[in-house]
Order: sequence, then structure tokens, then C-alpha cells
Amino acid sequence: MEWAELQEWADQARQKRKNIRVYCCTSTGCQASNSPAVKKAMDKAVKEANLGTEVQVVSVGCMGFCGQGPIVEVENSQDPNHYRLYEQVTPEQAPSIIKGLQGEIVTATPGNPNHPFFAHQLQIVREHSGQIDPESIEEYLAVGGYQGLHHSLFEMSPEEVVQEITRSGLRGRGGAGFPTGLKWSTVAKMPPGQKYVICNADEGDPGAFMDRSVLESDPHRIIEGMAIAGYAVGADHGYIYVRAEYPLAISRLEKAIKQAKRNNVLGTQIFGSAINFSVEIRVGAGAFVCGEETALIASVSGGRGVPRPRPPYPAVVGLYGKPTLINNVETLGNIAPIITKGADWYASIGTGKSKGTKIFSLTGNVIYNGLIEVPMGITLREIVEEMGGGVPNGGQVKAVQTGGPSGGCIPADQLDISVDYESLSAAGSMMGSGGMVVMDQDTSMVGVAKYYMEFCQEESCGKCIPCRAGTVQMYDLLKKLLAEEATAADLAQLQELCDMVKATSLCGLGQTSPNPVLSTLRYFESEYQDLLQPAMSKV
Amino acid sequence: MDKIKFATIWLAGCSGCHMSFLDLDEWLIELAQHVDVVYSPVGSDYKDYPDGVDVCLVEGAVANEDNLELIREVRDKTKLLVSFGDCAVTANVPAMRNLQGKTDDTLQRCYLELGDDSRQLPHAPGIVPELLDRVRPVHEVVSVDLFLPGCPPSAERIQNAIAPLLEAKNPDMTGREMLKFG
Amino acid sequence: MAVTTLTIDEVDVAVEAGSTILQASQEAEIRIPVLCHLEGVSDVGACRLCLVEVEGINKLLPACVTEVSEEMKVHTNTPRLQEYRKMIVEMLFAEGNHVCAICVANENCELQDLAVEVGMDHTRFSYRFPTDRDVDVSHERFGIDRNRCVLCTRCVRVCDEIEGAHVWDVAERGEVCKVVTGLNQPWGEVDACTACGKCVDACPTGAIFRKGVTVAEMERDRAKLEFLVTAREKKEWTR
Repeated sequence: MEWAELQEWADQARQKRKNIRVYCCTSTGCQASNSPAVKKAMDKAVKEANLGTEVQVVSVGCMGFCGQGPIVEVENSQDPNHYRLYEQVTPEQAPSIIKGLQGEIVTATPGNPNHPFFAHQLQIVREHSGQIDPESIEEYLAVGGYQGLHHSLFEMSPEEVVQEITRSGLRGRGGAGFPTGLKWSTVAKMPPGQKYVICNADEGDPGAFMDRSVLESDPHRIIEGMAIAGYAVGADHGYIYVRAEYPLAISRLEKAIKQAKRNNVLGTQIFGSAINFSVEIRVGAGAFVCGEETALIASVSGGRGVPRPRPPYPAVVGLYGKPTLINNVETLGNIAPIITKGADWYASIGTGKSKGTKIFSLTGNVIYNGLIEVPMGITLREIVEEMGGGVPNGGQVKAVQTGGPSGGCIPADQLDISVDYESLSAAGSMMGSGGMVVMDQDTSMVGVAKYYMEFCQEESCGKCIPCRAGTVQMYDLLKKLLAEEATAADLAQLQELCDMVKATSLCGLGQTSPNPVLSTLRYFESEYQDLLQPAMSKV
Repeated sequence: MDKIKFATIWLAGCSGCHMSFLDLDEWLIELAQHVDVVYSPVGSDYKDYPDGVDVCLVEGAVANEDNLELIREVRDKTKLLVSFGDCAVTANVPAMRNLQGKTDDTLQRCYLELGDDSRQLPHAPGIVPELLDRVRPVHEVVSVDLFLPGCPPSAERIQNAIAPLLEAKNPDMTGREMLKFG
Repeated sequence: MAVTTLTIDEVDVAVEAGSTILQASQEAEIRIPVLCHLEGVSDVGACRLCLVEVEGINKLLPACVTEVSEEMKVHTNTPRLQEYRKMIVEMLFAEGNHVCAICVANENCELQDLAVEVGMDHTRFSYRFPTDRDVDVSHERFGIDRNRCVLCTRCVRVCDEIEGAHVWDVAERGEVCKVVTGLNQPWGEVDACTACGKCVDACPTGAIFRKGVTVAEMERDRAKLEFLVTAREKKEWTR
């Protein structure tokens, strides 16, 4: 397919869009607060107002302001000033929003699109989230979809694609921040033959829903990223490993794959080139450890989802023993824009070693919670106090937990740190996949440590002894502390266990499981001390 | 040199460790030169555990209220407490009742499910000590200074462990001869 | 044959390139404790007892699956490693229900031997006393007492890789992990079991045993496993 043809295709898709678009969020968060009924009521209201030719109600993905859902947005392509945002919309308010288009008073609660929650965001991965119908490939094409893939296949060699990604400075968004270009070039350099691309959509951190939202809001973006990756590394088949707890993401992905195949964006001879790439979905059975790449590979191939020692790394010996590229959803979501807008553009965003943006799910004791995409280097204070609006009811921030069960707590006096890979890990936490939980003054930090340890001991696969038995012992000690039955010797033992489990566990789950304890001990040791009891009697 | 005050006690165990202690045979005579046996089910007839005991060998796990009371008293009045044998060190066979669950589960199983003629739960408060919910090794209840594993520890192992104590030295608790459980 | 030279605990060793640190240490007669490793089957790096320190690498590496490299400097028995190994063994004792005094494998048990080796006189961790570890004696000739299982998965691997029956596998996760037969059926009902007894020979503890064997009577024929593998790989058929 020629470039002009793709453009024409996009133009056709754009022409189908009507002047006034009413966006109704139908992602999981808003669905939970009745958004499908809102969408239905909107459709009905448009029909009743006889506005069917000008107004189009679009079922879209996540707009991010999940705590205020269901969210409805109104956009008028003829009048850029006519932009409206409504929060906590009920089906009863639908007719008034539609009548509002004709100048009548709207009863729905208006939102402020200039609120710092939106104003501080820079959306790259989520640029189309909430703006297009995720169930329609035409909507994706209308916003320039699949142009990055076309450009890669026809204008760039695989080596050039890898170089572009390398130059962009993109790092893995799944947690550890490994340079994406280096991973790609390792797989690309393996001798030609069967290779695979895997999209890791096994998002399991408590409180994290970044990947879920991206998949629910813009599934084609991920498929495009995978196809570009496949071309770059020489793989003709990809798997999306997505957890079964994300049924909406799965069904939207299935639709997207079907549409992409039908339109020759996936399959054999993509766009008429000599390149083949197909994608299959593998549904995970609910094990956190399957987010670890070797466990994920074992699970995709039908085995028990347990990790194995690395090296050999999956890039060398991966799925079915073949070189395999594994990238997280958000990482893959960055690929198409890097190709279309260039590595220099991407590398101009962010800090020295952390480029681009990062999506966080901002939750906990914060007024405005939801999904945010911010440039690297923003301060934690801007996120928590400005975007999140601080703690409700005038409370104080005590700490911010980032990185989920592998991460740590950053105390309030360090809120001015820059959000990037290096600064967060220097503060004893980590970027992680993007969970961000704000805690107020009433939060027990020992309780927080116990919560995450309970999670880790339940999710340990049981293969290696330090993780299986060590997390259980640590959890027991934390319970004992909170029950005010522990002594200084117990606390010392907890610290020894943290050190040992971290140093000896087989995979990342075990190695990082002590982090929530270590970081709370680092900043809130007095809370542990205050719980201690006198030692056992001895002469 | 003053004789050291020496004691042994017997919690939840089979007394095998004490039998093994008696297997020290003629060395017991030598031991007697160095120690005053101030309390022991096999070496004295004192009913009360005295103050200021230097060394006490504790056989058995902590399984009932009586054990608990005694071990706490012993710990308070003893300088060097030795977990003597696997039951004291690991809770061993007495702890196998923990696999049934809590006390009620165990009693239910033993006296009702497996009982024959007169199926009834024992109940004699103040006479028969109440079982604890879980049998535990001694060091989970009070602090312990020396561990002497074995089921039972052989007479030789016992001698090698306590002979240095008489000279206020620490025994060398390494190697199969001194450490093997079971 | 390409050769790699390295030092293990200051001893110079030359081994076939591609060997593991564990193989190299065996060649140099330097003992590294192992539990999940079993000659003749694949390695899984699960027990973490064979972790060693390698100069220039700040992570500990499992000797059983780490290949030697030229001029590598390996330390197998530093105070830190000794402490970690001791903690691992102590955690195993606290995790299951190990009662040596009544065990078929008493005196012939790798867990018991490891406890001696690491100098464990008691466990510092609180005993879990799990109540859900069952005993299955439905098989005609063998039994499994999961109270004594350390989840080394040797049985899983011998059955899959040497016997080719794959009767054993692992079910559940975390502390409730357990080895199961068939599709978590009673062992006696698993048709795939050939009653070859390789799992009995592979088990490091008294978890899998021959029926009729009582306390401290357990005997194993490890040489049989190695013989089968050598016979198959090197075509050496005499024992």
C-alpha cells in the first residue's frame, strides 16, 4: 500500500466523524459507575433532539479522571472554544447535556479542563485515550494510526528502527527501566530464524491500572507498536499476555486484532510488503509472578508460570527456546509516536537518563485520583499536591508509595524529588510499573509494609526457598509487630530476613519483596520501635 | 572451687533424654564432684526449683500450662539454660499434635473420634494442667543459651556438651556427632 | 575440547568450557551444598544453597546453572554465604513438619545432613506447623508424606526427564505449594505411574518412601539414576 493510499484511508475515516462529538467513557472505571447507561441515554437524547446528522456520541476509553466518573466530554470541531467536560454524569442528565448544545442550561456537573490534573499532563501514550472509539480501527486511522508502522516498513530498515528507538532513550515501563533499544538490538542481532515479540500486559501491582486503561482505550496503538517491534527484530509472531481479570481489555484487543487482520495491517504481506506479523492473545490465570518475563514465557508456552534463572535472557533463549522480545504495554505504546515524530523529539522530553513520559495511577488519600501521564522529571509534589489536590479534608501527606510491592515509600519531606528512574531508586523506592498511592498522617507505615508483604507471600510461586519461606516469616514478624508482641530481637530478625531474601531469591518478586519494609524502616523506623515490647525474661 | 548448682527439668517429652543422661554411667560420679544437683526428676528429691541455679538441662517441649509456668520460673532462676534434646529444640514428637489443629481438635480426635468405651473429654481443672493451643520449642517461649539436639542426644554428646561448662567454657557444637537431629 | 580456567576459593581449576561452576567445583573437590540439584536431571536453581560470590559481580550466582568463564574468581564459602545457607536450612525446618526421630530417612537424609553441614543447632524462625500437608499411601508400593517435602522438585524432574511419565508436578503457590501426582489425584489412581520408584530414589528427605520401611530404614539407589542417564547419553550399558 502506498503512503497516499493510507492517507486517503485516514481522510475517509475522518470524514465519517461528525462536527460535534460527545465522548462517553466506557472504560472499566466509569463502567463501574454506570457509564454504559449514560452512553445509552446520550444516544437517545440525540435522537430525540433530532441532532443525528451533526452530533455523534462516541464510546471512548479512559479520560483519566476516574475518581469523578462517569466522565462526558463534548467537542465541536467547528468551534474549538466549545469544549465541555462533565463529571459524575447520570443517565438522567443526558438530555440536558444534549440540549446544552443548543444553548439550554445543563444540569450536569461541569468539570474544569484547565485543572492541574489535566494541565500538568503530557500525553504521548494516552494521546488518543478518551478521544477515539477503541473498538473501531477507522477511528484509530483518523488520528494517524498505523502511519508509524507504514513508515517503518517502507522508509526504514530494521536496523534504523532499532537505532531510532535506541536514540529516543526510551526505557522499559514495566518497572526496571531497562533501555528498550538495547533489548531490541539484542534480539535483532540473534541469528535469523523464528523469533517472537511478547507484550507483557500482566499488570498485577495492587492499585495499578495503567496498562489496563491503555489497552481498553487504544488497543491498536499497542498492536502497531508490536508490529513495528516485530519488523525491527525479525519476528513474525507476537503474543499479548493479558490477565484474565481484564475482560474488557481482552475483548477490545480481540476486536482490534480482527480489524487489523481484515485491513491487512496484521497477517501476511502487511500493507503489501514482504513482511508478515500476526498477534495472538494469551490470557493469564491470575498469578502476579507471571509479570516476570521468564515466568510469563513459561505460561505462554503452556507450562506452570514459574521463573527460571537468567541468564540466558529471553532475548537469547525465550519462548519455545527462541529469541524473544518482551516489552510492557506502555513501552509499546511509545513506539509509534517515536517513529512518526522522531527520536530527537522524544529525547527532548524528560530528564537526562529518563526520557519521555510515564503513566501513573494516582490513588489513595488524595482528592483527585485517576490516571495521569506526566513528563519525566516532574516533582512528586506537583503530582500529589497540585494534580491530586492533596489529602482530602485538610489532611497531611505522610508518604507516597511508588512501585507497588517491589517499590517503597517516599516520605513527605522528600516530595520535591524529581520523578525519574534514578531519583526514585536513590530514595529507596522505584518507578515500577506506575502505581502511586498517597498516604495521609493516619497511615501506619508498619501496616503498609505488612500489606505488601502479605501480597508477596501469597503471590510467591513457591519455587525458591528464600521467597517462599522468607516472605512468610517476614509477614509473621510484621503481624507480630502490629500485635505489639515483638521484641527488638524480632525486629533484628526482620532486617536479617530482608537482607537475605533480597540477596538470594531467584526472581524479581522475591528480590524486591523486602523493599516496602526496608523503605519504611529507613524513613519511619520510630514507628517500628514504638511497637516493640521488652525482651523475654532472662537473668 | 565452689560446686556449680546443676538442675534438670522434664517438660513434654518421653524422658528419653534423661535416660540418656543416666547412660553417662561412671562419668556421673565425676560430674558429682563438680555439681550440686539442686533439682532434677532423676537426681534429687527437691520439690521447689531453687534460686541461683547455674546450669539447667531442659528436656521436652512446652505443651501445657504447667510446662509454661515451670519454664518461666526456671528461666528466671537459672543462669545458663540448655535446650536438652529434640523436643526442647524443635518441639519434635509432642508437636505432632499441632498438625491436628488447636487443643480442642486434638482432644476431640483422641478422646471422642478414636476413643473406645467411654468417650468423654477429660476435664479436671486445677488437677490436670490445661493443654496449650500449640506445642512449642523452649526457645520460642523463653531465651535459651545452649542447644543440645538429638532424640535423644547420646551420652557421649551430653558429656561433650556439659563437660566444658563445668570449666566455664563453651562447648564446640559442630559436626555430626554434636548436631544431628533425630 | 576448549578449556576454561578459573579460580574457586583461590584454587586454580581448568574445566571444559561450558561447564557450570558446580561442575568445576566438583572437579576441584570443593564442596558446595546443594538440595534441588540431582545428577542426571536438569537444574532449576531453586534451593539457592549453591549460591556463590563471583568477583566483579554484585549478585550472588547459583553455581548449578552458572557457566564458568575465563579468569572467573569464585568464592564458595564466605561468611555471608554461610549465614544465608544456614538461614535457608533453618527456614526449611520451620516451614514443614520435620520430625527426624520418627522419619524413615533418619540417618539417610540430605536435609538432616545439610543441617549438620551449616551448623544448625536450632531454627531461629518460628515453626509454622502447617496442618494441610497430607499423607498419601494409596499407591501399592510407595507413599508420600508431604509434611517432609522440601519442594526440591527432584521427583518431578526424574519422572519427567528419566522415566518419561510426568506423574509428578507442582500445584498451588507460595507456602501452600505441593507436589501432586497426576491431576492432583491419589497416587494410586494415576495410570501413568509405572511404579519405577525413581522418585523414591531421588527424594532427598523421607517424603517419598517405600511402603514397609520404618524409622531410619530408608535406602536409596542414586547410582541407578546416574546409570540410566549415562547409558542413554553415552551408550554405556554396564553398571
